[in-house]
Amino acid sequence: MIEQKVVTPEQLFFEAEREEQFITGSEAIREAIKSANVDMAISYPITPQSESMHLVGDIFAEGYIKEYFRGENEFAVMSSVAGAAMAGVRVFTATGGPGTLRAFEMFPTWSGSRLPIVCAFMTRGINSPLTIQPDTLEMAYMLDTGMLMLHAENGQDLYDMVLKAFVIAEKPDVHVPVGVFADGFFVTHTRDKVNIAPADMKLPSYNPNCAPVPAMDMETVPFRQMRDPFVMKSNFISYAAHASWQQEILAAAERARKYIDSLLGGLIEVENEDADILIIASGTAVSQSREAIQQAKSEGLSVGLVKIKSLRPFPTEQIRRLAAKAKAVIIPEFNRVGWLCREVKTAVDDTTKVVGAPRVFGGMTMPPQLIVDEIRRCANE
Amino acid sequence: MNKSIFKITPCFEDIMPDEYKELVESDPFGKGLGVSQLGTYKELLEEHPLCAGCGLALSLRLILASLPNPEDTVIVGSTGCSALAFPQVALHNIHSVFGNQNAVASGLKRALKLRFPDKVKDVVVIAGDGATADIGLDMVMQSWFRCENITTIMLDNEAYANTGGQESGMSPQGTVLNMAPKGKKFPKISMPEIARESGCAYVAAISPAQPKRLEKMVRRAILTAREVGPSYVQIFSPCPTNYKFKPQEMVARIKQREKEGFFKSKEYITTEAQEYLAGLEEGKKDE
Ligand SMILES: Cc1ncc(C[n+]2csc(CCOP(=O)(O)OP(=O)(O)O)c2C)c(N)n1
Ligand SMILES: [Mg+2]
Repeated sequence: MIEQKVVTPEQLFFEAEREEQFITGSEAIREAIKSANVDMAISYPITPQSESMHLVGDIFAEGYIKEYFRGENEFAVMSSVAGAAMAGVRVFTATGGPGTLRAFEMFPTWSGSRLPIVCAFMTRGINSPLTIQPDTLEMAYMLDTGMLMLHAENGQDLYDMVLKAFVIAEKPDVHVPVGVFADGFFVTHTRDKVNIAPADMKLPSYNPNCAPVPAMDMETVPFRQMRDPFVMKSNFISYAAHASWQQEILAAAERARKYIDSLLGGLIEVENEDADILIIASGTAVSQSREAIQQAKSEGLSVGLVKIKSLRPFPTEQIRRLAAKAKAVIIPEFNRVGWLCREVKTAVDDTTKVVGAPRVFGGMTMPPQLIVDEIRRCANE
Repeated sequence: MNKSIFKITPCFEDIMPDEYKELVESDPFGKGLGVSQLGTYKELLEEHPLCAGCGLALSLRLILASLPNPEDTVIVGSTGCSALAFPQVALHNIHSVFGNQNAVASGLKRALKLRFPDKVKDVVVIAGDGATADIGLDMVMQSWFRCENITTIMLDNEAYANTGGQESGMSPQGTVLNMAPKGKKFPKISMPEIARESGCAYVAAISPAQPKRLEKMVRRAILTAREVGPSYVQIFSPCPTNYKFKPQEMVARIKQREKEGFFKSKEYITTEAQEYLAGLEEGKKDE
């Protein structure tokens, strides 16, 4: 293994001197995993995720990770990752689009098993017709798996979120999986300036003895010897056990809020919040909105921006409060179904001011002009 | 495992369930016990909720009694009838989802190797015929191709029993079952041969009608998986509930099927595994 100094998360995130690098999102993943003290990573190729997991393989060969292999398909990979996490090690994997859907049964299973797995999702369109193009549709399906969901706007977010995701996921009062989502190609395949902590520093290792459920290693009680397993009993106690377990997963996500606040500076970032028109967005739709806001400004229109970094837990209260002051709320999205629009509508008091547009999908980029059109429409109403 | 971890803290004795107290008093851990000693110690399966006459229940008792190293064995199961018994097994055991048992076991075993480099932690998969030969076959075979150090045990009751007796790949050809209303159209899958050709260093087929032989095979399979390569044991035990025979006829039914030539005990061992096992078994005789 390569020699690295173990530092506290705070030292790594906030105190260590960072170096600016001009790298792709895939390379940002590599840099994050170098400092994450990951025990094991398992991969399966899918565009646009493949390069990041090649790079993770490269750093395994260099001695930053103890174990790495290619699994046979995404469902199997997510299963193997679950087995490794249950054995009490820190694991990482990544997928996207069809891979996400192929593996789907495992995501609620991770949450239900309280596994602090970190998985990066490089989003891409879903067949049919066959597509490899950017699209965030898969995130609609992921919203109710019990996983925490962070959405990166750019390479810097991706680097920080992946690294911090391990710390949030492993908090004993959270201890559920975290998905870090990045818009495929737009983030993974483009170069950007990313400030990187020194690669000779790493996070402290995972401590399975701080987990709310025991590692499956035959080193801890309880042995599960009981006469009356809940699984197949049709009685109130077994229903209540399952119901309260599900509620506890939701409660764990709620308890993550304070860590997202302290480590990521909050679930949202807000600019110009008193403007009449607000744009609420996540991922690269935020960057496109920034461009649009600049253009609108030159036309004398003042527009605020809410960047959502955490989708699960969702910043419900903040969104409700911000939207209450605005005349119109515009939600640009890179998918057809408008899942962020739905989320926002469930949070705000007056849904009639929510504009679920523009939406681009099927691989198209989002011209800021489309967002400006919506801004103009709202301003003229 | 350090045995002191499951001792009861003084003054908590009266609130602990009887079966747990019995386990603490006469556990099988680290004592080298086996099938011949059944009845003299607390078994690792506390009763079971399976049907009367279920051969899986008997097989499970025999497998658990045959583990060479129960104190450091983790079991990976799958959805199906046997999953109902696992909450009552006094070993760490995992139920993930239906069919992914060998993928889970692959990650688990590699991770346990990282965490306990100087200790043997046996990982044993115990799953149904549907889980092993149908829905999970790709992951079962891929774990063999990858030479994972795990043992796979199939509980072959020749049907999807837990969902009400549907045809599985391991059902005999011609049998009328749910979802095979005109009889199964293709023969029972040759899993032992598939295992042999897919990289298993040790392969066996046996039934609970031969407990001592079953014990020997399970031990050989687990020992082989530690050092040589993946291993596979197929345990034949048709489902009385879905094949509609009397619970007390389970063993007779197995013997009848054997006589008719539908079931044969088998053992395939690679030369390397043979040498390794011979060394171990020779050493045992010297003790
Ligand atoms: C993904 C998925 N598909 C189907 C099922 C339903 N299911 C549960 S158990 C089972 C059959 C199990 O058959 P087998 O592996 O032979 O075990 P047995 O019950 O016979 O012991 C099925 C089809 C499921 N739980 N999950
Ligand atoms: Mg079966």
